[in-house]
Amino acid sequence: MLAFSIRRILVAIPTLLIVLTITFVLIRIAPGDPAEVRLGDYASKEAVEALRRQMGLDRSMWVQYLEALKGLVQADFGRSIINGRPISGDLKRALPYTIQLTLFGIMFGVLFGIPTGVYSALRRNTLTDYIGRTLSLGGLSIPSFYLGILLMLVFSIHIPLFPVVGGGDIHDLADNLYHLFLPGLTLGLVMTAYVTRMTRSSVLNTLNEDFIRTARAKGLSERKVIYKHLLRNALLSIVALIGVYSIILTGGSVMVEIVFSRPGLGRMMIGALKQRDYTTLQAVMIVFATFVVLINLIADLLYGLVDPRVRRK
Amino acid sequence: MQRLSRSRKLLRTFLRNRTSFIGACMSLTLIIIAIFSYWLAPYDPLKQNVYYRLTPPEMTHIFGTDEYGRDVFSRVLTGARTSLFVGIVSVAIGMIVGTMMGMVAGYAGGRQETAIMRFLDIMMSFPDEVFGVMVMIVLGPGMLNVIIVITILMIPRFARVCHAPTLGIKEMDHIVSAKAIGAGSGRIIIRHILPNIFGDVLVMTTLWLGTAIRLEASLSFLGVGVPPPTPTLGNMVRVGVDFLATGPWISLFAGLAILFAVFAFNLLGDGLRDITDPKLYAR
Repeated sequence: MLAFSIRRILVAIPTLLIVLTITFVLIRIAPGDPAEVRLGDYASKEAVEALRRQMGLDRSMWVQYLEALKGLVQADFGRSIINGRPISGDLKRALPYTIQLTLFGIMFGVLFGIPTGVYSALRRNTLTDYIGRTLSLGGLSIPSFYLGILLMLVFSIHIPLFPVVGGGDIHDLADNLYHLFLPGLTLGLVMTAYVTRMTRSSVLNTLNEDFIRTARAKGLSERKVIYKHLLRNALLSIVALIGVYSIILTGGSVMVEIVFSRPGLGRMMIGALKQRDYTTLQAVMIVFATFVVLINLIADLLYGLVDPRVRRK
Repeated sequence: MQRLSRSRKLLRTFLRNRTSFIGACMSLTLIIIAIFSYWLAPYDPLKQNVYYRLTPPEMTHIFGTDEYGRDVFSRVLTGARTSLFVGIVSVAIGMIVGTMMGMVAGYAGGRQETAIMRFLDIMMSFPDEVFGVMVMIVLGPGMLNVIIVITILMIPRFARVCHAPTLGIKEMDHIVSAKAIGAGSGRIIIRHILPNIFGDVLVMTTLWLGTAIRLEASLSFLGVGVPPPTPTLGNMVRVGVDFLATGPWISLFAGLAILFAVFAFNLLGDGLRDITDPKLYAR
């Protein structure tokens, strides 16, 4: 298990490096100069040049790249070139909002998705199954921002139960959860759709396995067959796909944060993009990538833990 | 003769499968609406009318009007056409390029090919929305650029779907025999490998068409997609958000159209998958 873990962690490093490089290159070839953006249209050439020097943009690409690498290793992203604030501080403020949202989404999805999926699979081709399948396909099809708007329309505008915008006070748990509920529900429902579908097909596949037939043939009660033999094996492939879900979830969280004006990473990214805030943008992308890589890593390790066959490969 | 009966059998399975049949009907309706949107729209989707600002749905404007008094129904029809066009073009290019890449990488093998696949894996480990926004900022807004971005997002998916089965197929006897009688790599890939994975590719194309439409809507919603005044479903939802309290119908109907479109292609793809291979799994 140790060797397997080390191997997996080593594989994650080049992924992060490549993400950093792609981000760095993409931002640098994007039109619009941060110094010009900050000073406006009427700034003199000299003023723009001076500001570029101050921002460190006059140095060669390689120096800037190495600087970005150094920041990654030290987890210190320097200062925003637009407002001069340390980026780590902004990240620290934004990160809890995004983590809360995604955790809520995953938990909601797993809590409701797995039972519905199992139930739907065991009652294959009944009315319940059809309704469940249609709803989960609907959840897969609906853009998260549209679902968010629908929920907002019903529960904040028509029935003013929940706040329309904002993230709440991070130090006040009640206020925090109050603001988290609708965005969390949005992401959670989308996640439920994915988990339900995956669970259903995984259970159906496992039902065809020989060991299920053997378990039934040797006279085990249906209850035992389902809980002891079916679910344990079906859950394997669900764990294996947590990584894929995390990517979808992270993308969804960006959209949901924009709809509900939650001050998380997604909003920070869009804001930085509009201002051409290179350093902040770079930092946010790295954090997103780390986020995804970390969840993938955890999912892989978890998978190795529950399925010994994976470790040997 | 053999060929005909096989395709007829496939067609019958297709029609018997309710999921794919309903999905096909919905998708077809959508495509017809999109093609004839210009004639179906009761008003000019760009024509402003200050006397009819934000009127709720009624007989003359069945989806209501927006903040400039433009007819929302006409705009949804035109927007659906833009969204569908962007989706179909980008998925088609992504399919051709991605499928070729996947097959070639799988068939040729070797170090460089492994490196390409690893790189594509890393690209896919990024959330679509985040990657899409980044590239749109580099390219700037516009319909062509949206197509480019979605194509870039589609290529790795197709490549991955085609790569894995190619690895197995190239060891099969009929490939070995083809090689033995002197068939070139190009011929083997097109004539002997492609037909074997074509079913999977078709299913994925349908499913990812839905994904592409949703992505286009997301980019437009974030304000980096097709810019106004060209109506797309995404930027209509975006504008409507500012009028949720006074004119919720703008976002409501535009979003409903996105949902309908994505749902239609997902349903069709799902049904097709049941027919071709029940085990295949897609994002």
